[in-house]
Amino acid sequence: MLSYDDLQALWLTLQLATVTVCVLLIVGTPIAWWLAHSRSKLQTIVEAVVALPLVLPPTVLGFYLLIAMSPQGIIGSPWLQFTDATLSFSFTALVIASTLYSLPFVVQPLQTSFEAVGSMPLETASMLRASPVDAFISVASPLALRGYITATVLGFAHTLGEFGVVLMVGGSIPGKTKVLSISIYDHVETLEYAQAHTLSGGLLLFSFITLLIVYTINRRLPIRVA
Amino acid sequence: MYIKWYGHIVWLLVAITPCHAAEVTIAVASNFRVPMEVIADAFTAQTKHHVTISTASTGKLYAQITHGAPFEVLLAADTRHPQLLIDKGVAVEGSVFTYAVGRLTLWSPNPTLMIDGLNALRQDGIRHVAMANPKTAPYGQAAYEVLNSKGLWPLLQHRIVQGENIGQAFQFVASGNAEIGFVALSQVLNPRNLHPDNRWDVPQHLHAPLEQNAVLLRKGQSHEPAKTFLRFLREPFARQVIHRFGYGLRG
Repeated sequence: MLSYDDLQALWLTLQLATVTVCVLLIVGTPIAWWLAHSRSKLQTIVEAVVALPLVLPPTVLGFYLLIAMSPQGIIGSPWLQFTDATLSFSFTALVIASTLYSLPFVVQPLQTSFEAVGSMPLETASMLRASPVDAFISVASPLALRGYITATVLGFAHTLGEFGVVLMVGGSIPGKTKVLSISIYDHVETLEYAQAHTLSGGLLLFSFITLLIVYTINRRLPIRVA
Repeated sequence: MYIKWYGHIVWLLVAITPCHAAEVTIAVASNFRVPMEVIADAFTAQTKHHVTISTASTGKLYAQITHGAPFEVLLAADTRHPQLLIDKGVAVEGSVFTYAVGRLTLWSPNPTLMIDGLNALRQDGIRHVAMANPKTAPYGQAAYEVLNSKGLWPLLQHRIVQGENIGQAFQFVASGNAEIGFVALSQVLNPRNLHPDNRWDVPQHLHAPLEQNAVLLRKGQSHEPAKTFLRFLREPFARQVIHRFGYGLRG
């Protein structure tokens, strides 16, 4: 039912979402942790910056990224020197774009769950002579499990649905940057409605199931804090 | 209080019913955007009719029009889509004419890359070649025909980046993300482009002619200003602008 091109786009999209979520969890955890515990005045500013992709048109992000990732750009130029490859139109470019674009979807649930966990369990762990890292890994992060599940699922789903930024910086290269949402766009433009229906219906169903899982988890898995 | 309220209504009526000036809504293929703006300004100056321009690839405009977009005139980048619209009964038969013959050009802002025609594409320094999507944009199709006929497609396939329309292909090159690209000559000759000379105009026998047809759509059929615009497009001033942007003319 799916053409080779569509399967390729599906596989690429799944890869992109997986890599992006991994990067986001690694980058997002310290940011969310700091936001949840810091009393610095910077906190509000960082919180606003993290939330920016929620309100900015994707074209704003796409425009800045296009300039920054070009071979003369501030990211693209050093990248070219180190890797001898251009950054724009590459899978890496999409990962960078998606990471920025989905950042609030990962940081915000993590922050909420870290705030819910509070500092009590950590202080207890500290009194029991656990190192801060140990305390985080064995005490705080399991308690924030619900936040991690929500962040992973939302980050993944939001990356699947990304369109505007990828359209601007991707270049629609099959197997490299042509993701599902772009394939759907192309199918609609060329009046291939049957294919557009298959892909759109699939994404719709997937997104619904994803959200259903998130809400079910949120109901069933109360935060385990005494 | 009552008079104030009444006054607002009067102003509203004045605002929405200017005596003679009307609005013409025109769908324009991306490659013709800039010349269209020049022509529209002159048209407005002469007739007082306001022109609203929407640009996209011809394929997308076609999809929008068949789904009820409120356009009155289509300036396509090919002859096929206007004909399809006539066949579907969405465009007016007999209103179609060729307003321009497009020229494809190979362009780079970097003059050192522009050597020896198409052989420029064989250079090592070229990592990305931009073109429009051949499935949706006639200029993309023309670029594909050129590469295919010269046996360059297999070599370059993995370096091709596709713009959703010719406007995006141009922007990929202009922003430096692609070193070189197949774009419309009219885009390179845009006065805002600082590097109009670093180009190689593709000989027209290498691809099917880029005849661009204009057609009156059903929504504009009973709207006199839309027909006036189509007449204006065939007059010497418009033809001169079209020629200045590197297009060929018919008739």
